[in-house]
Amino acid sequence: MAEQALSDVKVLDLTWYISGPYCTKLLADYGADVIKVERPGEGDPARKMGPFLKDDPHPEKSGLFLHLNTNKRGITLNLKGEWGKTILKELVKDVDILVESFRPGVMASLGLDYETQERINPKLVMTSISNFGQTGPYREFKASDLIIYGMGGSMNTSGLPEREPTKKAGTAVLFSAGNVGALATMMALYAAKTQGIGQHVDVSLFEAQMCSIDRRMSDLIGYAYNNEITPREDPRALIAYPFGIQPASDGYWELSGIGAAWPAVGKMMGMPEVIDDPRWKNIFAQMKPGHREEFFAIFIPWCFEHTKKECIELGQEAGVLCGPLLNMEELLDAPHFRERGFWAEIDHPMTGKLTYPGAPIKAEEMPWVIRRPAPLLGQHNEEIYCDRLGYSRQDLIKLKEAGVI
Amino acid sequence: MAKLPLEGIRVTDLTVIWAGPYAAMFLADWGAEVIRVESCQHFPMYTRGLWMKPPEVFIKDRVGYAAHKKPGHDPNTAHNTFLLFNAHARNKLSMTVNLRTPKGIDIFKRLIKVSDVFIESNSPRIKEHLGITWEDLKEVNPRLIYLSLPGFGGSGPYKYYRALGAHQEGFGGHTYMRGYVDEEPTATSTIYHTDEAGGINAAFAIVMALYQRQKTGKGQYIDMAQVEASIPHLAQAVMDYTMNRRITERMGNRDFHGAVQGCYRCRDVKGKWVPGGMGMPPMEIVDTWVNITISNDQEWQGFCRALGNPDWTKDEKFSDSLSRYKNHDGLDKLIGEWTREHDAYEVMHLLQKEGVPAGPVLDEKDAYGDLHLRARGFFEELTHADCGTHLYPGLAWRMSQTPNQLRLPPVRLGEHNEYVYKEILKVSDEEYAELEKEEHIGTEFA
Repeated sequence: MAEQALSDVKVLDLTWYISGPYCTKLLADYGADVIKVERPGEGDPARKMGPFLKDDPHPEKSGLFLHLNTNKRGITLNLKGEWGKTILKELVKDVDILVESFRPGVMASLGLDYETQERINPKLVMTSISNFGQTGPYREFKASDLIIYGMGGSMNTSGLPEREPTKKAGTAVLFSAGNVGALATMMALYAAKTQGIGQHVDVSLFEAQMCSIDRRMSDLIGYAYNNEITPREDPRALIAYPFGIQPASDGYWELSGIGAAWPAVGKMMGMPEVIDDPRWKNIFAQMKPGHREEFFAIFIPWCFEHTKKECIELGQEAGVLCGPLLNMEELLDAPHFRERGFWAEIDHPMTGKLTYPGAPIKAEEMPWVIRRPAPLLGQHNEEIYCDRLGYSRQDLIKLKEAGVI
Repeated sequence: MAKLPLEGIRVTDLTVIWAGPYAAMFLADWGAEVIRVESCQHFPMYTRGLWMKPPEVFIKDRVGYAAHKKPGHDPNTAHNTFLLFNAHARNKLSMTVNLRTPKGIDIFKRLIKVSDVFIESNSPRIKEHLGITWEDLKEVNPRLIYLSLPGFGGSGPYKYYRALGAHQEGFGGHTYMRGYVDEEPTATSTIYHTDEAGGINAAFAIVMALYQRQKTGKGQYIDMAQVEASIPHLAQAVMDYTMNRRITERMGNRDFHGAVQGCYRCRDVKGKWVPGGMGMPPMEIVDTWVNITISNDQEWQGFCRALGNPDWTKDEKFSDSLSRYKNHDGLDKLIGEWTREHDAYEVMHLLQKEGVPAGPVLDEKDAYGDLHLRARGFFEELTHADCGTHLYPGLAWRMSQTPNQLRLPPVRLGEHNEYVYKEILKVSDEEYAELEKEEHIGTEFA
């Protein structure tokens, strides 16, 4: 197998929760040597977030934490004491990248701001991932996935017009921001490699969403051009049809059968006669009173006669853009992702073998490899403190007694 | 003076719609010379419009991401005013060539020869049909980084499936878990998270491959699927299934991790109009909303303080995290009664002052006026020949040694033909005139 792309890259990871750890996971999964620093005792708060194996809320059994921290080595270090700070400075000396996701100002209050780090290691790439960025009036504000999406993303256009706007599933927005963090870090690393410069990268979750291609940028430009705000619309009442989520005999599926795709819809249904029917042949005909109801009086029974899989297969064959609404069981069973080897089996001392989401990017010359599962709390203390920094086993005991690690 | 990270990198860009162009946007923003290869003979639906040369009647009532600039609408230049396109097209160049001709493919390969990166996001059928697969192009340029970003990747049973981000969400398990708990799934809005995830990951993959090329001197092929880039973003649901065989159902705006949270209506405002048309009356948007998340006792106490500790907050039903979560519906109603009396920004400030996460749902107008974004200079002005001068969303992050700004407005079709053909491909004036005559070179779709 080819060498991993980032096998020569050393990362010091001071992040916690979701966005920061997802950023460093991407680097680790493509080969970087990532040392994750956790608070002694409790560790990363993500260890307390579910889902847990067999619903046992054990800090080594959080599926979220296990997913976010693959391929990292873990140490504990109390950054609040002088000793901890000294050790951290030793660790920064020979890393290429430092990623942190504290509230802005915390690194400075620890005496670990970029200016200080830069003096220790001038080629250092330091990435700070925060809710609202390192500057500006909201810089210290708290947030959540929901709040970032509401402020930054296109939540205002998601949902029904008469009801509250709706979010994405889970914490997709926080993962997305971590993904942007990894991209920004990679850009800086490339500049370090080609130009020999280090720098401080300021990633704001708010602005990463403000730059989301998922409708937000287009809607913003629409306001600039046309002075119009995009409203929420009922997907069942859109002027052109068929569009959006439809029922099937065993669940739901989604299609876009509007405009030029109309003939393909007739083909999909095996009803060529609907294609040229004057009631639906173009948008102006479709808009006439009663025509929608007359179309759905044929279409919905057709949907109920088919499973969602059949709808999709017929639709794809006819050239209709469409997809099923798969639940997690169906997603894990789907032959496509299995055949592509997307899912990863990862063994872990506390949970045994489990299936995880796999490589977001596949490249033979740049493989995604699981070299180790997420670290147990403090699992690599001895390896890092003794073998890398040269502390003795006795020093380690003293550090432990002093609450430093 | 440091250069932008990707200065000196040339990208040949054959991407469509959103995910691929979004990846190319990040590369262009940070210094790469991104050349969009387009064809006057092929109108790319969704990428540069829903219709070729749409008359005003088609566009005047459409609002949102698939609309065009309306004032001064000209059907002949409508492909340069499409919102879906102009969102990502800043800082890029555009050339035209008819890829359905052998000569066009020859020109394309000449560009590949002097490029560092090739990115495309079409159905795999297209590159096979045109004879521009990795196998074809690595002969032309062994240092080339070739990234394909179709919906489902370059192998597997769905390889040739055609789907927009909206449908990919369904395949990836996202749509099933979104939307109101108490409505039919058919009421769930369309989103395009796979475009976002696919685009960001593709850009990440390309910069990583460039980094690796610094060490190996070799190019490579990268096989991506937009759906696969987005599935890891749903990790909690995936892991709950693989660990506990539990299928995550819709949760509305509630938190997977048990915080109390919701989107609550605030005081109405007046004066935001959406035009009518297509049989619909004009609409005034009056509703405003705020999101609040309360994760622990400390935040709950802060919340109570911000409200002036009304009696209902002392109810036993709300005394700890678990009881608050169990009585979420009742709590939502009480929170909503309070927010209804306030402005969304006012709620944010009142609660944030007490350490409680809260923020308004910002529409486009609110976003342009937001004081934080203004203080950070997020929006930037660009002047576009067909659209005029406007503020655009700016950069997704900041870098201290390579300060940056938007440089070029959204690119018009064929805007850089002269530069690409004459300066990069060294085409003579006579040859250029001939290519114009053969309609390789142009600025309109035909």
